[in-house]
Amino acid sequence: MRFPFLNRTPTFDHGIHPLYHKETGHLPIRRFPFAPKLYVSLEQHIGKPAIAIVRVGQEVLRGELIAKPDGMFSLPIHAPATGIIEALEPMPSDNGEMEMCIVIRVYEADTQEVQVRNPHDLEELRGRELALVMQEIGVAGKGGATFPTHAKLIPPAGKKIDTLIANGVECEPFLTCDHRLMLERANDVMTGIKYARRVCGAPHAIIAVEDNKMDAVATLEAALPADGSVSIQVVATKYPQGAAETLIKALLGREVPAGKRSSAVGVVMNNVMTLAYVGRLLPLGEGMTERVITIAGPSVERPGNYIVPIGTPLRFLLEHVGARSTAREVILGGPMMGTTIPSVDVPITKGVCGVLAFGKKDAEPPQIYPCIHCGECVNACPKKLNPTQMGLLAAKREYGVMAEQFMLGECFECGCCSYVCPSHIPLVQQFRVAKYFLKNREKVT
Amino acid sequence: MSKHRIELRAAPHQHSGHSVPTIMRNVVYSMLPICGFSVWQYGLSALALLLTVTATCLTTERLLNRNANTLGDWSAAITGILLGLTLPPAFPLWMAIVAGFVAIAIGKAMFGGLGHNPFNPALVGRAFVQAAFPVAITTWVPAFSANRFSEFVPTTFTAPLMMPPDIVGWVKQQGVDAFTGATPLARWKFENVSASAHDLLTGAVTASAGETSALLIFACGAYLAIRKFMDWRIPVAVLGSAALTAWAFQLVDPTHYPTPLFVLLSGGLMLGAIYMATDMATSPVTPVGVWIYGVIIGVTTVIIRYFGGLTEGVMYAILLGNALTPLIDRYTQPRVYGTGKEKP
Repeated sequence: MRFPFLNRTPTFDHGIHPLYHKETGHLPIRRFPFAPKLYVSLEQHIGKPAIAIVRVGQEVLRGELIAKPDGMFSLPIHAPATGIIEALEPMPSDNGEMEMCIVIRVYEADTQEVQVRNPHDLEELRGRELALVMQEIGVAGKGGATFPTHAKLIPPAGKKIDTLIANGVECEPFLTCDHRLMLERANDVMTGIKYARRVCGAPHAIIAVEDNKMDAVATLEAALPADGSVSIQVVATKYPQGAAETLIKALLGREVPAGKRSSAVGVVMNNVMTLAYVGRLLPLGEGMTERVITIAGPSVERPGNYIVPIGTPLRFLLEHVGARSTAREVILGGPMMGTTIPSVDVPITKGVCGVLAFGKKDAEPPQIYPCIHCGECVNACPKKLNPTQMGLLAAKREYGVMAEQFMLGECFECGCCSYVCPSHIPLVQQFRVAKYFLKNREKVT
Repeated sequence: MSKHRIELRAAPHQHSGHSVPTIMRNVVYSMLPICGFSVWQYGLSALALLLTVTATCLTTERLLNRNANTLGDWSAAITGILLGLTLPPAFPLWMAIVAGFVAIAIGKAMFGGLGHNPFNPALVGRAFVQAAFPVAITTWVPAFSANRFSEFVPTTFTAPLMMPPDIVGWVKQQGVDAFTGATPLARWKFENVSASAHDLLTGAVTASAGETSALLIFACGAYLAIRKFMDWRIPVAVLGSAALTAWAFQLVDPTHYPTPLFVLLSGGLMLGAIYMATDMATSPVTPVGVWIYGVIIGVTTVIIRYFGGLTEGVMYAILLGNALTPLIDRYTQPRVYGTGKEKP
């Protein structure tokens, strides 16, 4: 017997309801053309950068290994296109620093078939052995944090994982690539979940989807394995529902202890796109050479979801989707947590889930007023921090007090506080500065 | 693309669209019906009072902020209108100017302006004139007098630094029946007569310019709460705790203590709970703190009314709540996600 009033759509406390702008959600995924030159960064993931194993002038085939991982917490890189290595040179990256890139001049008339590789026999593999095979395909977290997926799936020593969560929440406005992927590649998602569970040993898996994507829920339901070990859970549409902490709270009622990872409460969480790529590439033994990206924003003529080769420079990408000359601000990721890029020479990496272009009018800086103690930020913070107090302390540069008394370190920079602030105080921006300051002070002393 | 300037900005790149001026402007709009009702009730004197106080507040704000024009945030306008609404309708204008100046200069600008004031500026102004001009601030005039749109109450144009003239004779000429010159609270306190709920709801009582119709104030507050320009929890906590306290007293002695409804609707409680206790700068920000703050104000109001020397306690109750706000905030920090204990 079901009581509708007892079955409230699960969610977390606080949070915000931004304008979602999910207009690209009905557009099927399309393939993007190859840029004449691809710039493949060696820092596609967090952890140690990959080590280039090609030299200038060498021909590479699409899918061929061009950089090897530096240890367990690192990933290999595969050539995103058939062509010739033109240079190894530093290029601007989204964080403003220069990063070493392998530059490939793409053969124009090439068919761009992926180099066939010898897949492993996966059926016998479990746990760490399977993780090592998974490392070879070079999949990093597709939600934006770019954690090497194989390393994330291995439970820490002594920890038991009981639930694998496939995160199909996609709470950031504008982004619809996960939504389209769940609609179009539901079977890949299921295969990915199968292998991921074999690595982490989770007996159960939950696919979490926000209730604004019910068509994806229906598609996934049709593809569920018959044994009932995977379930789908619809969660309320609210930002930041897709963050690990808030989603675990909504689904399982568990709180990840401060300063710990999800594995501390027996959970491993992966983005659905990460799992879909694992499910597609792992059986073939194929390297990760492209990903689905939402390209949108008011300054884009032809917004949509595109399969973009890794290393595509943003200049080429924006020209191709018809970025208007009014575009002033280009964001990698979503509008709530994404970064504006310093140069259109920044190439696409494995962690880019969206490219948004905003014009001048959308990006006019507002006037900043003093804090009026309205408490909106306190009522928005999903971690139940006190951004009001931290904001006042940040203005006085009392960074130490922020960390010691107000748990600054727990802030995961979702941006809800800055979003709601009627005084337009750059709260989360100040918190980032404070964290950066504290981190580097500790390094010195 | 490349020829144009690229702008770098840190996330988030979206905003709710609420800004300080939008909030403040909407508060001002929501008070206009109350002002209109006040003018309709008391005529030219109330109009002159409201305009004078508001103009004084705006001028003071402008003069004390020479480097930046802070009138655009509308907060001084709120203080002015609110202060005007809490004064008796025939309050001498020169005293009103003093009240307006004190409210902005001492209540707000001295502490650093918007957001930095520990006390509600309008109430600071009100408290000052209450202490300075005890007679004028308790001199009430009848509502709906026949000539209210053709002549001013004699006290309105009292010469500066002079005592206002006695208006008993003037009141008699107005032909208003049964005017006692005392507020419902004073009549209850000194004569043990309760005004009817109907009169209190519709404003047919003696009171300050904007405290007459509890129903109208409530409706205006509801608009603000629905538009999310006001924290609905504070008025609910203030009114709820005041009603509960009054109810408890009435259980003890039903003949002496008035009904909770009388307590809610009389005096400045409705205006105070909705427009003054909710002043963002002077109320707590934590979810628990907001309720504690509201309950302190509600209970203190009733205690002052019942046992204090004054007939009205809302003003001092709110000022007390304001004073406790930093302390309340400090001890009601929300439990941070993923931590087992409350943080101090």
